[in-house]
Amino acid sequence: MATLNILIAVCLAYVALLFGVAFMAERAALKGRGNWLRSPWIYTLSLSIYCTAWTFYGAVGYAARSGLEFVTIYLGPTLVMVGWWWALRKMVRIGRTQRITSVADLISSRYGKSGLLAVCVTLLAVIGITPYISLQLQSVTLSFSSFAVSDPEGASLIAGYDTALWVAVGLAMFTILFGTRNLDANERHHGVVMAIAVEAVVKLFALIAVGIFVVWGLAGGIGPMLERIDASDIGQWQMDGGRWVGLTFLSAAAFLTLPRMFQVLVVENEDERHLRTAAWAFPTYLMLMSLFVVPIAVIGLELMPAGSNPDQFVLTVPLSQGQEGLAMLSFLGGFSSATSMVIVAAIALSTMVSNHIVMPIFLRLTQGGASGPSDVRHVVILARRLSIGVVLGLGYLYYKISGGGSALAAIGLVSFAGLAQLLPAMMGGIFWRGATRNGAFAGLVIGFAIWAWCLLLPGFGGGMLSASVMAEGPWGLGWLRPHALFGIEGVDPLLHAVMWSLLLNVTVFIIVSLVSFPSPLERLQGAQFVNIFDHSDNPQSWSGGIAQSEDLMIMAQRILGPEEVQAFFQTEAARQGLAGYLPEPTPDFLARLERELSGAVGGATAHAMVAQIMGAATVSVEDLLAVADETAQMMEYSSQLEAKSNELTRTARQLRAANDKLTQLSVQKDAFLSQISHELRTPMTSIRAFSEILRDAEGLEPKDLTRYASIIHAEAIRLTRLLDDLLDLSVLENGQVNLNIRDGLLSEVISHAIAATGTDMHVLRVRRSGPASEIMLTTDHDRLAQVFINLIANAQKYCDADRPELTIDVSRRGGRVIVDFIDNGSGIPPQAQSMVFEKFYRVADRQAGGAGLGLAICREIMARLGGTLGYLPGQGGAAFRVSLPAAQRMAAR
Amino acid sequence: MKDRSIPLFLERRSYRQRRLMDAARLLPLLGVLLWLVPLLWPQGGSQSAPAQVDAVSTSSAILYIFGVWIVLALAALFLSLMLDGKAETQDGGSV
Repeated sequence: MATLNILIAVCLAYVALLFGVAFMAERAALKGRGNWLRSPWIYTLSLSIYCTAWTFYGAVGYAARSGLEFVTIYLGPTLVMVGWWWALRKMVRIGRTQRITSVADLISSRYGKSGLLAVCVTLLAVIGITPYISLQLQSVTLSFSSFAVSDPEGASLIAGYDTALWVAVGLAMFTILFGTRNLDANERHHGVVMAIAVEAVVKLFALIAVGIFVVWGLAGGIGPMLERIDASDIGQWQMDGGRWVGLTFLSAAAFLTLPRMFQVLVVENEDERHLRTAAWAFPTYLMLMSLFVVPIAVIGLELMPAGSNPDQFVLTVPLSQGQEGLAMLSFLGGFSSATSMVIVAAIALSTMVSNHIVMPIFLRLTQGGASGPSDVRHVVILARRLSIGVVLGLGYLYYKISGGGSALAAIGLVSFAGLAQLLPAMMGGIFWRGATRNGAFAGLVIGFAIWAWCLLLPGFGGGMLSASVMAEGPWGLGWLRPHALFGIEGVDPLLHAVMWSLLLNVTVFIIVSLVSFPSPLERLQGAQFVNIFDHSDNPQSWSGGIAQSEDLMIMAQRILGPEEVQAFFQTEAARQGLAGYLPEPTPDFLARLERELSGAVGGATAHAMVAQIMGAATVSVEDLLAVADETAQMMEYSSQLEAKSNELTRTARQLRAANDKLTQLSVQKDAFLSQISHELRTPMTSIRAFSEILRDAEGLEPKDLTRYASIIHAEAIRLTRLLDDLLDLSVLENGQVNLNIRDGLLSEVISHAIAATGTDMHVLRVRRSGPASEIMLTTDHDRLAQVFINLIANAQKYCDADRPELTIDVSRRGGRVIVDFIDNGSGIPPQAQSMVFEKFYRVADRQAGGAGLGLAICREIMARLGGTLGYLPGQGGAAFRVSLPAAQRMAAR
Repeated sequence: MKDRSIPLFLERRSYRQRRLMDAARLLPLLGVLLWLVPLLWPQGGSQSAPAQVDAVSTSSAILYIFGVWIVLALAALFLSLMLDGKAETQDGGSV
C-alpha cells in the first residue's frame, strides 16, 4: 500500500513538474527570452516522442519473444535521419515556406489545396492513431498494476479505479492547456516541446539506469552479460529476412508519415540547421534506447517466473530485486514515454481535425454569416480543444472495447502500416511534379482499404471478421481472404498486408497520376514543392500573433517610412482596444495595411508581401496572375519609355544638326554682309569724294568737271550692276526665277553671246568647233546666253596671252551636251580653282569691272537649267565646262 | 531553372562542399547495405544452413549492429560539422 501511495505521489509530483516546465517555457518564449528553447538539442530531444511506451516496455517484450527483430523499429528512423539530405531537409523547407500545419495539410497543399484529400488523410490518421493512443493508456495502466501486484491491498485499490480513464483525462487537460494556448497551429508549442524534451531525458535516463543495473548489478559486467545472452533462448541469430527488411522499411516510412513525428520534425522546427544536429544526435539517442533492451529481456527471461508478461520486464525486474527506487524511475520513464506521445499525437490530430473537418463544415454552415473574425478564432480554439477530447476519448474507448491486447508491439505495427499508406502521396508529391490529386487520392483509398481489410479488421478487438471470412474469404471469394490476398498464402500477415497495400497504393498512384491532368493550382503547388530549393531561402522562424505584427511593422516601415507606419499601427491597435503599437493581425487590419502598402508598391505586391509574413495560404492563382499582369504592365510602360527616349534622342540629334546649319548660315550671312558692304563702299567712297569735289571746289576746269562726273557716273553704273547682280543672285538662289523655256539651236545661243560681248578678233579671237548647229535645245535661251556671255567676257578680261584666243567646243557625251570654253591664258591657279564660283571672289587684284558675282550667278543659272558649270583643269589655259542635259532636247521631239 | 547559376567548374571549396553533399546522400545507402549483411548470416534453428557452420550468436549480432549504428552516427556527425550552412541554400538538390 505504501509503495502504491508513494508511486501515486511521485507520479503527481512529476506531472506537476511537467506543468511547471511547460509553463516556464511558455512564459520565457512570450517574453522573448526563449533562446535556449530554440536549441538544436531541444529539437533532437523532442524527436524522441518516436520512442513511446511501446519502445519503453514493448521493445523488451519484443526482444524476449523474437530476439533482435525489435531493432528494426529503430533502424528505419536512423536511416531516415542519417539520410536527412534526401527527404527531411526538403520536407522541413517545404513545411516552413508553405506554412504547413500537419501531414494532412502537406498532402492537401501539394495537390492543389484539396479539401477532399485533407479529410481523407485526417480520417486515416485518426483511425490509424487511435489504437496507438489506447496502447499508451494500456501501458500506463499495466505499469500501475505491475506495482500493485506486489501490494495486495493496492490491487484491490487499483481495481476500484479506472486508471486509464484518469490518465486520459489528465493528458487531455495538459494537452488542452498547453497545446491550444496559441491561436495558430503555425506557432510552436514551446511549453509542450520543453516538457517533451524533459520527458525524453527522463525516459532515456530510466532505461539506461535499468540497463546498467541489469548488466553490472545482476549479470556482473559486459563479458558475463554477453555469455548469458548467448546462453538464453534468444542466443542465436534467427531472423526472417522479409520481416527484417520489411519492418525497417515500415518504421522508416512511419517516421516520416506519423502525424506526431511530422508535428515535431516539421511544424515545431525552429531552424533548418537543427536538422544537422538531429541527423547524428537522434540516431545516437535511438541507439542508446535500444542498447540495453536485449540484456533486460534476457535477464527478465531468466529471473521472472514463466508466464509473466515480458512487456513489463523493465518494471518487474527491478521490483523483483527489491529496487523500489529504480522501479519508480523506470515507471516514470514509461509514464513519460506514454504521455509525451499522447500529447503530441493529440495536438497533431486535433489540428488536422479542426482545420480540415470542423472548420470547413463550420464555414459552410455560417456561410456569409455575421460572425466576425474573432468568432472564427474562437471556433478554431474550441474545435481544437474538442478534437483533443474526442481523440483521447476514442483512444480510451478503443482500449475499453479491445480489452487490452496482449502484445503491445503488434498494435504499434498495425498503426505504422496504416500511416505508411501516406508515404507514396507524400514522397511522390515532393519529388515528382507529375503526381496529381486524383492519383494521390486513388492510391490512398486503395492502400487504406487493403490495410483495413488485411490488418486492422482482423486484429481489431480480437478479430472483427468472422472465422469463416478469414478462412474462406467474403462471400466465398477465396482470393479475398484477409491473410492470403490473390491466393498467396503462408506470408507473415503484417508483411502480407504491407506489401499488398503499398504495392497497389504506389501502382495506382502512379498510373492515375500519369493518366489524369492536374488543375493549374495543383501544377503551381507541385512546382513549388518539388523545386522548393530554387524558390526559397531558409526562412526565419515562424512567429505568430504579436511577433507577426512586428514583422509586418518592420516590413511596412521599410516601405512607408517609420513615422507614418507607427501612427498607423497605433491607430489600428487602439481600434482593437489594445495599447501600444502592435495590433493583432486580424483580417481587417491586414486588409487596411495591404491597402496602405498597395499605395506604395502596387496591389498584387502588397498582397504577396503581407501573405509572405502571414502565411502562404492566402496567395491564390488570381494573385499570382495579378502580379504577372502588373509586371506585364510595367514592362509595357518601360518599353514605351524606351521608345520615347529613342525618339527624344533622335529629335535632339536633328536639332543639333539644324543648329549647326543655322550657325553656319549665320556665319555665311555675316561673311556675305561684310563682303557686300565692302563692295558697296568702294564705289560709294569714290562717288562721295568726287561729288564733294564738285560741290566744294571752285573754278574747276570744264574738262575736269566732265571727268569727275564721268567717274561718278561710272561708279554709279557699277553700283547698279552690283545691285542688279545681287538681286539676280538672290532671285536665283531662292528659286523664284521664271524661266522662259523654248526650242532653239545651240549655235544661235553661242552666236548671240559672242555678238553681245562685242568682242572683235583683235581683242579676243574666238574659235568655234563641234556640231553646235545640229543641237536643238529646249531651255531658257536668254539665261543660257547670259552664262555664255559671262564666260566669254571673263576670257576677254582675264586672258593674259599675247594673242588671246578662246575656243568654244561643243560635244555630246552620254545624254548630255557639253560646251567647253577654253582660252590660251595662264589659267587659274589650282588653289583658286575651287573658289572661283564663290560670291565676290576675284582671281587677282587686277582691275576688273565685275564684283565677283558673275560665276556664282552662272552656276546658279546652270543649276536652274538642270545643268552644271565647272572648271576644267589641264587644258592649257582657263577652261570652263558647261554641261546641259540632252534629255530636254529629246523630250522636245 | 536548374542550369540557372551552376557554373561548370567550381572553386576548390565549393567543390569540396559538393562532394560532402554527395557523401551525405550516400550515407543512408551505406547504412542500408551494412544492415542487410545480417541476412547472409547462417541462421539458428532448423534452417538450411550447413550443419558444420554454427549460427551467429546474438552477442556478435548485437556488436555488429550497434557497431554499424555508432559508425553511422559518427559519420553523420562529421558530415554535419563539415557541411557549410550556406551550402544548403545554394544547392538546388538537383545536381
